[in-house]
Amino acid sequence: MLSSRHLLGLYGVPKKDIELILDTAKTFREIIERPIKKVPTLQGKTVVNLFFESSTRTRISFELAEKRLSADVLNFSASTSSLTKGETLKDTVRNIEAMKIDMVVIRHSAAGSPHYLTQLIEANVINAGDGTHEHPTQALLDMYTIREKIGKLEGLNVCIVGDISHSRVAMSNIFGLITMGANVAVCGPKTMIPKDLEKLGVTVFTNIDDAIKFADVLNILRIQLERGAASNFPSLREYHRLYGVTKERLLKSKKEILIMHPGPINRGVELASDIADGSNSVILEQVTNGVAVRMAVLYLIGTRSENN
Amino acid sequence: MKILLKNAYLLDPQVNLSDELDLLVENGIITKVESNIKDKADAVYDLKNFVIVPGFADAHVHFREPGREDEETIQSGIEAAMNGGFTAVCCMPNTDPAIDCAEVVTFVKDRAANSIIDVYPIGAVTKKREGKELALLGEMYEAGVVAFSDDGEPVSNSKIMKYALEYSSMFDLPIIEHCEDKSLTENGVMNESINSTKFGLPPHPSLAEVIIALRDIAILKYTGGKLHLAHISAKETVEVLRQAKKENLKITGEVTPHHFSLTDDIVETYDTNTKVNPPLRTQADINAIIKGLKDGTIDIIASDHAPHSIEEKEWEYIYAPFGIVGLETSIGLTLTKLFHTSILSLEEIIYKMSVNPRKIFKLREAKIQTGIEANLTILDLNCEWVVDKFSFKSKSINSPFHGWKLKGKAVGVLNNSKLYFENKLISII
Ligand SMILES: [Zn+2]
Repeated sequence: MLSSRHLLGLYGVPKKDIELILDTAKTFREIIERPIKKVPTLQGKTVVNLFFESSTRTRISFELAEKRLSADVLNFSASTSSLTKGETLKDTVRNIEAMKIDMVVIRHSAAGSPHYLTQLIEANVINAGDGTHEHPTQALLDMYTIREKIGKLEGLNVCIVGDISHSRVAMSNIFGLITMGANVAVCGPKTMIPKDLEKLGVTVFTNIDDAIKFADVLNILRIQLERGAASNFPSLREYHRLYGVTKERLLKSKKEILIMHPGPINRGVELASDIADGSNSVILEQVTNGVAVRMAVLYLIGTRSENN
Repeated sequence: MKILLKNAYLLDPQVNLSDELDLLVENGIITKVESNIKDKADAVYDLKNFVIVPGFADAHVHFREPGREDEETIQSGIEAAMNGGFTAVCCMPNTDPAIDCAEVVTFVKDRAANSIIDVYPIGAVTKKREGKELALLGEMYEAGVVAFSDDGEPVSNSKIMKYALEYSSMFDLPIIEHCEDKSLTENGVMNESINSTKFGLPPHPSLAEVIIALRDIAILKYTGGKLHLAHISAKETVEVLRQAKKENLKITGEVTPHHFSLTDDIVETYDTNTKVNPPLRTQADINAIIKGLKDGTIDIIASDHAPHSIEEKEWEYIYAPFGIVGLETSIGLTLTKLFHTSILSLEEIIYKMSVNPRKIFKLREAKIQTGIEANLTILDLNCEWVVDKFSFKSKSINSPFHGWKLKGKAVGVLNNSKLYFENKLISII
């Protein structure tokens, strides 16, 4: 059984919990391959997908996972501008709570919103991404994919490439992978690396060739270009020139390197097209695995109290 | 009316007083400081085990009147100060409208008239605190402000800061700077550290504080005038202040109890009552602040009392306003964290919380001496108590210290011929 009734992040989540989720996901992954993909596990349970920030991909993945577990699904999308503050969250949640729900999957632009939610409602809370804090199910599906492809996480060299300082995917991966015994590195321009990241036991590369030399796995993040002073690098062209993962760069490594990307890809910026579609790329499998991993999380949390 | 305060320990390093003596106050004036006073009095208080010190002054509070009377009025702020053990406060001008002209200064003073607490308004440096042009510093000086500050915001424009130091020097009043380079803090809400990365919150680096401190010191050297650095939170700023004092510049600095009591670890809870500006920092910063308090680099302990409504503090961490209330926990935290740990003596605390703020901002002196108006704080140094935000006299309860066990508190104040003791406010004329 999981140690917590919520999944707010991977920071502090024990190894045995992560292993349980990944092992359970393997069972669901097999179910997904069957002609009838539905199991009655969460029948009678109501799950609300509470998306304050639009993310079609993550929402669809969760929705599919919920429906395959036979849960009743409510989708709630609310756009939040910086002007509609916490009142929205509190009021929305109070309304939804009145509908007798069992689980909430929340995506919000403000870090800590899922934590705040646990103080407001009784239901189990699953974090589907909060600001630049964590995105635990993405990291779990990344770890699942690595484990499936390479067979282990412990001792593996995993490097996350991109804007680490603004990436919840990076942070959840770092926390989860360190717990699982992987050697974690990041690579990106110094302006994209959070201060003192080494204190977490992470190796920092600013040269992509060094990162490629190190890595068994490259998890490449999507680069977004902010404008003006907010931009922490000069241009997409320069980013590609210094950090773009290309065939030429990968050929310098003697190892086979697993290529991952949480999507959507900026082809020709952080990742060359031929590599994204190449034989070492598992990007599409990540998507399929995402459903299985989310089924596992929903199942383990949704049935936790009953097992108790 | 005569009141007799018996058996208290009287401590005032300004007049070399440190003894268990009786104190006779006639119509608000101290008339005797002796042992075993036999005079007949209208009221006698046995203050055995208490310590009487010169009235404490909090040089940095935010009362929300005019503008946000739902959060704090001048009256409720006065009650919070009285309950917290202060006889004087300096209130910041970030009200709505701002205290940026004589009319608003007079409004605040009128509201606070005839109270047990002396309320000293601070005028804005710039009109509407917008940082664009100097406010009416001269007329505000004449109306009685004790300093100028755009607190809540820094004076970002260097030329305006130069003008402000030049112009205020004509009245010999300090400019109080809220040191923050806004281009570095942007949307930042917590100290930049491994914790801001772990909690996923936008960083508000200490670099932003020290840069403005360094700039202001450079301007101060150039222009002369007086500069006071508000709520120093970073070890780098303490060092910069220490060096500036060695150059004999007219510069002073203050620290808040929350910046020596809490680190940014506590932000892990996403409790918006841990969101303050400048943000809570690290143990290394606390150590530097303590060293700065001990060696005299930091002159003042002030609360930066900043009331906010429950509704606003219920917003998400990144959206909630900065600030916590402090008037009613300031002395308790100082005694617990600095006195009972033997970091500062009570005499040193009297300097940081009474003598120095009164001197820097030219407030009315408080001394335990015959012939002058009684202006006193009564302390119970060893009282162990639990902070209960619902018992605050402030209208707001945004405190991260709710439930904390503290040792030592103020049990009363005497000022302006009024005594507040055992939850009762009485006139002693
Ligand atoms: Zn300030």
